[in-house]
Amino acid sequence: MTPTLGVITPGLRTTVQDLGRVGYQSFGIGVSGALDPISLRAANALVGNPPSAGTLEVAYVGPTLAVEAEEVRFAFVGALAPIEVLPDVTAVSGRRIAPLRSVRLRRGEVVRVGSLSDGAVLYIAVEGGFDIAPVLGSLSTDTRGRFGGWQGRALLAKDRLPLCQMRPSDRDDLRLDDFDRTLPQRFRVILGPQHNYFSDSAIATFFDSEYTVSAHSDRIGIRLDGPPINQDKDVGFTSDGTAPGSIQVTGSGQPIVLMPDRQTTGGYPKIATIVSADLPALGRVPIGAKIAFEPVTVAAAQILRRELFAAIDAIGDKLLPLGQIEADVSPMLLDCNLISGVVDGGSWRV
Amino acid sequence: MVEFGDSIDRNINAKVLALAQRLNEVRLEGIIEWVPTFRSLLVHYDPHLLPIGSLNAHIAELMLDLQIKERSGRSWHLPVCYDARLAPDIDEVASRTGLSPVQVVECHSTATYHVYMLGFLPGMAYLGDVPAKLVLPRLATPRLRVPAGSLAIATTMTCIIPLETPSGWHVIGRSPVTFLRRQPHVAALLAAGDTVKFMPVSLREYEQLEARAAVGMLHIAPVDETMERAA
Repeated sequence: MTPTLGVITPGLRTTVQDLGRVGYQSFGIGVSGALDPISLRAANALVGNPPSAGTLEVAYVGPTLAVEAEEVRFAFVGALAPIEVLPDVTAVSGRRIAPLRSVRLRRGEVVRVGSLSDGAVLYIAVEGGFDIAPVLGSLSTDTRGRFGGWQGRALLAKDRLPLCQMRPSDRDDLRLDDFDRTLPQRFRVILGPQHNYFSDSAIATFFDSEYTVSAHSDRIGIRLDGPPINQDKDVGFTSDGTAPGSIQVTGSGQPIVLMPDRQTTGGYPKIATIVSADLPALGRVPIGAKIAFEPVTVAAAQILRRELFAAIDAIGDKLLPLGQIEADVSPMLLDCNLISGVVDGGSWRV
Repeated sequence: MVEFGDSIDRNINAKVLALAQRLNEVRLEGIIEWVPTFRSLLVHYDPHLLPIGSLNAHIAELMLDLQIKERSGRSWHLPVCYDARLAPDIDEVASRTGLSPVQVVECHSTATYHVYMLGFLPGMAYLGDVPAKLVLPRLATPRLRVPAGSLAIATTMTCIIPLETPSGWHVIGRSPVTFLRRQPHVAALLAAGDTVKFMPVSLREYEQLEARAAVGMLHIAPVDETMERAA
């Protein structure tokens, strides 16, 4: 029998994502991929997957999933959320488990991820990954093209996601205590490519103002509410290519930061581009959060990018065997317990 | 971003496509992919493998000997049904341009179109230029749902919408052709630089072709250049 994860409730917008679909933008086929690829990589590392393995990206409200395999090794990385393991589908309550460590669940057990409290996304990795055919080299879901991921769409109740492994490998579970999800004080941007469509005072408004992430934001773009950035009038704009993190300004003066499901070309001038090193953090920013921007040079952006890649490389070195957990309760763990109101250190599989 | 101009212009676009062609030939390490648009080529690159200074120097060198071609891609003859039952805006387009619906069809289908770029949706090609008589601004209120295959016009551009989508373009027909193929793998039919002529078909012919397309039996191949000249 094929090992699967049964979807009992799908969550708000749970999609299969990996590091994206590269190489087809000239055909209008977007990149997609994780909003927060750092959390995705950490989740994969915890279960022993390669960084590019497909995971479930949870947005705001998590799914409830039933284990339909002998045993599955999971890891949950991203925004804080109550994560509960129920003994079976009929159970009302179960035991709380912590994020940032791998955990093995047996056939019939059910994992329930609640509402995310301090970020937009959380990643669920399973050891061995999902047995889904990649489309154009990627498992990422292209919801506009309706291909990739699981049937080109977000999960629905009663879906059964095929897994590559019937049981986990025979090794210890791991934890990751030192994982930094802090957001930059200000998101760093490179000015342009079309900042010449805006007056100096409009550009000053952009850098001096605080913007609120609008409820209309999605995986295509983060729409920002705040002081409008007015364009010089009567200047037509001819569509051109978009980059991840391009900040388009619409006719009404509202900025939209383009995210992984962005269109490959766009018809609005782009005042600035978020540096690539700050994009994973931006992917974590939830609706209602306030953000601001500051300009940096291309050279500074490339240093930031190197630092980010060094941090990614260090994830592997920071993985520790789970066995030491009771002697070494991390602030992260205490935080989780405070939020849940349940202190139950003994229930983790050690 | 390599900019060649700031307008929709065949000469500018020919330079964009010529640079894309050169990048395809030389395959520089560190260049991930490139996106030709009306007037610029966006080059996605990995600054670890290719610092911006080196990338700029390589591109400047490639720009020295660009082979500008009037036609660079494949040539397609694509069936389209302009019947009002599939063309909700054709009467409106006729009245706003002062033409009859038959003249709109004749005007649109006798032109040969150049694929400037793909974008907006997977597989969506921007084709131009629409004959001056048919140039209209976008709809004041976009439609929430336009079916896949819809042939539409707005400003100097025409396009076939590859997937159901909201759109502010005037829908003047529908093609049975699949513009974003799913099998054996996802692929767009058209590419930037291709040339397209639309062949009007009746509603009955459209339905027959559409039925074949639905079972994967509608094979559309580029027109052989020599046959095209003979015809």
